[in-house]
Amino acid sequence: MTEQIRQIAFYGKGGIGKSTTSQNTIAGMAELGQRVMIVGCDPKADSTRLMLHSKAQTTILHLAAERGAVEDLELDEVLLTGYRDVRCVESGGPEPGVGCAGRGIITAINFLEENGAYEDLDFVSYDVLGDVVCGGFAMPIREGKAQEIYIVTSGEMMAMYAANNIARGILKYAHSGGVRLGGLICNSRKVDRELELIETLAKRLNTQMIHFVPRNNIVQHAELRRMTVIEYAPDSAQADEYRTLANKIIDNKNLTIPTPISMDELEDLLVEFGILGGEEEYEKAIAQDQAKAAVV
Amino acid sequence: MTPPESATLNEVAPQQPVADTKELIKEVLEAYPEKTRKRREKHLNVYEEGKSDCGVKSNIKSVPGSMTTRGCAYAGSKGVVWGPIKDMIHISHGPVGCGYYSWSGRRNYYIGTTGIDTFGTMQFTSDFQERDIVFGGDKKLAKLITELEELFPLNRGVSIQSECPIGLIGDDIEAVAKKSAKEIGKTVVPVRCEGFRGVSQSLGHHIANDAVRDWVFPQYDKEKKAGNIPDGTAYDVAIIGDYNIGGDAWSSRILLEEIGLRVVAQWSGDGTLHEMINTPSVKLNLVHCYRSMNYISRHMEEAYGIPWLEYNFFGPTKIAESLREIASKFDETIQQKAEEVIAKYEAQTQAVLEKYRSRLEGKTVALMVGGLRPRHVVPAFHDLGMRLIGTGYEFGHNDDYKRTTHYIENGTLIYDDVSAYEFEEFVKELKPDLIASGIKEKYVFQKMALPFRQMHSWDYSGPYHGYDGFAIFARDMDLALNSPTWSLIGAPWKNAEAAK
Repeated sequence: MTEQIRQIAFYGKGGIGKSTTSQNTIAGMAELGQRVMIVGCDPKADSTRLMLHSKAQTTILHLAAERGAVEDLELDEVLLTGYRDVRCVESGGPEPGVGCAGRGIITAINFLEENGAYEDLDFVSYDVLGDVVCGGFAMPIREGKAQEIYIVTSGEMMAMYAANNIARGILKYAHSGGVRLGGLICNSRKVDRELELIETLAKRLNTQMIHFVPRNNIVQHAELRRMTVIEYAPDSAQADEYRTLANKIIDNKNLTIPTPISMDELEDLLVEFGILGGEEEYEKAIAQDQAKAAVV
Repeated sequence: MTPPESATLNEVAPQQPVADTKELIKEVLEAYPEKTRKRREKHLNVYEEGKSDCGVKSNIKSVPGSMTTRGCAYAGSKGVVWGPIKDMIHISHGPVGCGYYSWSGRRNYYIGTTGIDTFGTMQFTSDFQERDIVFGGDKKLAKLITELEELFPLNRGVSIQSECPIGLIGDDIEAVAKKSAKEIGKTVVPVRCEGFRGVSQSLGHHIANDAVRDWVFPQYDKEKKAGNIPDGTAYDVAIIGDYNIGGDAWSSRILLEEIGLRVVAQWSGDGTLHEMINTPSVKLNLVHCYRSMNYISRHMEEAYGIPWLEYNFFGPTKIAESLREIASKFDETIQQKAEEVIAKYEAQTQAVLEKYRSRLEGKTVALMVGGLRPRHVVPAFHDLGMRLIGTGYEFGHNDDYKRTTHYIENGTLIYDDVSAYEFEEFVKELKPDLIASGIKEKYVFQKMALPFRQMHSWDYSGPYHGYDGFAIFARDMDLALNSPTWSLIGAPWKNAEAAK
């Protein structure tokens, strides 16, 4: 009997550090002996760069386009092995502004399934483009795919908006496909009261803040060398943070159906934490501007 | 611009009482769930004398699951408006199915050597594959146009008929069209007729008309400015909205030429790109299919000051009325000739009526066609002594139903976008002698042992337009209604019942 593969996915606002966080965490998981496959679901194809020490690996869709159809591909042409035997595959996709990247992800995932990529694994991890703009980008959370979603966020307003939107997407498929929210990962941007804020948001979304990843320049140093922190500086405090997160995910039993909040509620929360001003502050600021304009 | 009321209307027998037919509608609607009933009851009614329309809503989204006969915007553009332009290559841009199933067109006859200088019954498609969806199909489209130019150098231009995925993935076919037009030195027209747009093929007609306005007429403007468009004669007209099904436009053109007019363009049956480009030089646009071409006619009126006139060449009554009305827009010479032409065909018409009218007199017909014929062919039936008991449009709009009132009598059943179920029930109850509709309806009614004629394709016959067409129309209705086949319906052991 094959063991149950745990399929997880990292979602979050573009530029929040999904790929960096997920690869560092997966490096931590691999260190612990977990067999992991990363499926990059982003036309930029940079979800496996730190594992392979290079970008621009052959993506499923580009090779398929070259050959004619996805049926003309062999799995081992696109499935590469990276740091600590983590298997890496990128869907690829069109350049910005043409075609349909969403359809590309559907095609790529179907290809992987049909060709037996999902064997001898403990974890499959999907790294998905920032915004779930269409059905294609929701593919990894639909039936039979990722069962646990980790949302990478920070205390910045737009990152939280995105997190709430992703929670909505999960809710949509939670009943049909059984997808669950595993938690929020706070990738710190050193915003005021960030820890508290994300913990509160997590509570409101009926989930947990699974880990608070502090900001540390060593991440950038590792990135520059196309490595994860765990590989580049295994003894650093930051490497331990990722190891902790890896452990937490491996042991995570707190999988929930999210309760996304309305835009008003989210704004109230931001007001409460002083990120957005309330009505009074708004009026004061506007009045000030007008006073200034009147003088001029 | 609506034609005057038909003179023959009063000669036919009365309908069943309005109240009875209204009761029938109610009964038929009872089978529906409440929500569907509420939506559908707005589309079914009985015409009452004196009302300005037929009392039905139209051009509204069909009820899901109700077996509508409607098509899509691509069908309206590629299949109806653009497809018959014979010297252009019309690319079905997208996956192969839409092109495959619209192969050969709608029996839009044309003169030319297919594959050399005309392409009407050929099918061209970009045959989208998964990679074209993912990476976009613009490059493939450009390559396709280049290859077409090599393979068919005598084509006069290309139209790009968008299938659904083109709109979904946001391909920039306009940019390809501009670039390719420069490359091959010919007209390339991008048409955004993605099938999911609108509620029926009707929007496809509109989009196709707009594409003519935006991508073809600018060439007229340019040539006009350069002094390359001759003034033409005072008798130049264009036939607008005749798709030459079974040769309809030809049998119409004969009459127009006989009364002294010069037909310089046919839209779009047996038509060419250059006829289209030159059309803004005509003195009058003669519109047959109002539904599919009123948009461009209105545009030519506004932009070039060309008046337009709806006419009807089905049946001798309407042909004579139409010829006189058309002639009234010109001088006395034309008016005189119109009278001569009407007189010339009098004997032929009388012979047709003598032969067939007695065999068809008093027979009833139920119509259901697209956007013009549900009203236009009614006078032809009246000329044969037949009575219309019900009619409706697949994709007509309110202005079509308003115009219909000039053609029908009190108590006529009206059904808009009728469902298979409704049509069947109406026919069972009203028992028309003939159903005149399309291929999707045909076999249901033939299996009910009812005579049926196709009113879209003329059942591989035609033409039906003009005096010559009327002779064929009368013969075909007689063939359908009085075929000895009907006496053989029913198993021999049930013959006693069948013979009632």
